[in-house]
Amino acid sequence: MAGGVPGVGSSRGVPRLDPEQPLPPGSNRSRILGGGESGSRSVWVAVASTVIFFGLAVVLIVSSPGWPEIKSTFFNGRIFSESFPKIVRQFSTNIFIFIVAEIFVLIVALFFAVLRSLPGPVFAPLRILAIAYTDVFRGIPTILVISLLGFGMPALQLQGLPKSEVFWAIVALVLVYSAYVAEVYRAGIESVHPSQTAAARSLGLSRMQSMRHVVLPQAVRRVMPPLLNDFIGLQKDSALVAFLGVVEGLQTANIISAAEFNYTPFVSLALVYLVITIPQTRFVDWLIARDRRQRQGGTTL
Amino acid sequence: MNTTASERAAIVVEGLHKSFGELRVLRGVDLEVADHEVICLIGASGSGKSTLLRCVNLIEPVDAGRIVVEGDEITAPGVDVNAIRRRIGIVFQSFNLFPHMSVLRNITLAPTKVVGASSSQAEAQARELLDRFGLADKADEYPDRLSGGQQQRVAIMRALAMQPDIMLLDEVTSALDPELVAEVLDVIRELAASGMTMLIATHEMGFARDIATRVCFLDEGVIAEQGPPEQIFSEPEQERTRQFLARIVAAGRM
Repeated sequence: MAGGVPGVGSSRGVPRLDPEQPLPPGSNRSRILGGGESGSRSVWVAVASTVIFFGLAVVLIVSSPGWPEIKSTFFNGRIFSESFPKIVRQFSTNIFIFIVAEIFVLIVALFFAVLRSLPGPVFAPLRILAIAYTDVFRGIPTILVISLLGFGMPALQLQGLPKSEVFWAIVALVLVYSAYVAEVYRAGIESVHPSQTAAARSLGLSRMQSMRHVVLPQAVRRVMPPLLNDFIGLQKDSALVAFLGVVEGLQTANIISAAEFNYTPFVSLALVYLVITIPQTRFVDWLIARDRRQRQGGTTL
Repeated sequence: MNTTASERAAIVVEGLHKSFGELRVLRGVDLEVADHEVICLIGASGSGKSTLLRCVNLIEPVDAGRIVVEGDEITAPGVDVNAIRRRIGIVFQSFNLFPHMSVLRNITLAPTKVVGASSSQAEAQARELLDRFGLADKADEYPDRLSGGQQQRVAIMRALAMQPDIMLLDEVTSALDPELVAEVLDVIRELAASGMTMLIATHEMGFARDIATRVCFLDEGVIAEQGPPEQIFSEPEQERTRQFLARIVAAGRM
């Protein structure tokens, strides 16, 4: 091991470009950024071509023969301003459903992921249980699970069993999405090198302590993007509760749409979803970037 | 501890066997380490040095034989593994620092979680260690921002923070750039001077000759020869020890 040549493999001695220093004329920096043109000029070209492209697209759509019908059916200003506040108000039910579901998903999924990564023959039954759970609930359509629990459980008429559709819808979403998220967690846990566990155990930490303090924090950081993916999926699937007759966002849009013979309320609801989901993506990107900055101290790789 | 005099040694290894599948790595290792001894294990890659260290810390379960640490048989069934590991520190070739924690947190994690030290207590101790080994200004850095030599010194401090009676060092300089080896070896020298009992697997022959109270040459899963460093390096008795050292000299590593 270890080559005998000093300095090999070390980052020292490699000349670094000082960002403060002006670049010598003819350096390739501007060529990389602007495809052979100077930086500010290429920005103007980008802006102009974008404006022209989308301007033409808008003109083309608006001047097409069917546009007035499309506009009054999907983008009706009066119906939009009337329906939007109502939909937002009822959307609070969706928000309640997915926030409660997400909290439980984080816990239940972690439980099954940890079960599945227990080593040794003694834990075989628990591993089998965890595998069976993910197989079953990943394999059934979400709407089927919601129907089974949302219609079925209240129909049992059992004492002490909640009859609320919202309750059972949350249970169904937790069951389905925990199966997905458990797999995401597991991928994260397995991506942490075993030497990390070895180091933790060698210091006297128990198996659970190593998991809690060393493996999981690293695993969760790595799976943030796919975790958010599943959460956005869950937020969108909160609309499936409409199927049980709960008056939430989609059901409200449905009612208004049927009364007005117009589809603008659905566009309003679509807008609400976008306003909710897009900032989350940006937020997670920011979290990841911040974590990397903290660990590597501003080195941009 | 109610034990016989012969078992009062820091470490006693008897007839240790360990296989990975078909591969028989350790084939009956016997070794006795007294308190304050510094033992260097030398031998070719694959001769079982690392495996022996990992067995002493119970990272690898042993197949046969027994290991007694300060009178307690740690290979006995039902033994509290975590309690034993607290008394034995191990440092790895690849540092294995926790990348999501600051240097300070790397060092204080085990004392707070395992022994139940208060965080102020653990922090004071960690800063003392950082001070002693010249890394006081790196307490709040993350491992990715340190050089390999600094990372390995932190790994040694992390093990020392548990105040172990014995330190196991597994080729701790093998992953380092040559110019960073010295700073790590200096730390180990200081530990030896302070009387720490150490079992060191190493390829640094000059260092082994310098620091060891005894050198053990491992070959084909057994200790083929052992003795004081002057004897092993100058007039080895075994033919295979001679051959191994000749290869090291030919490679320009001694």
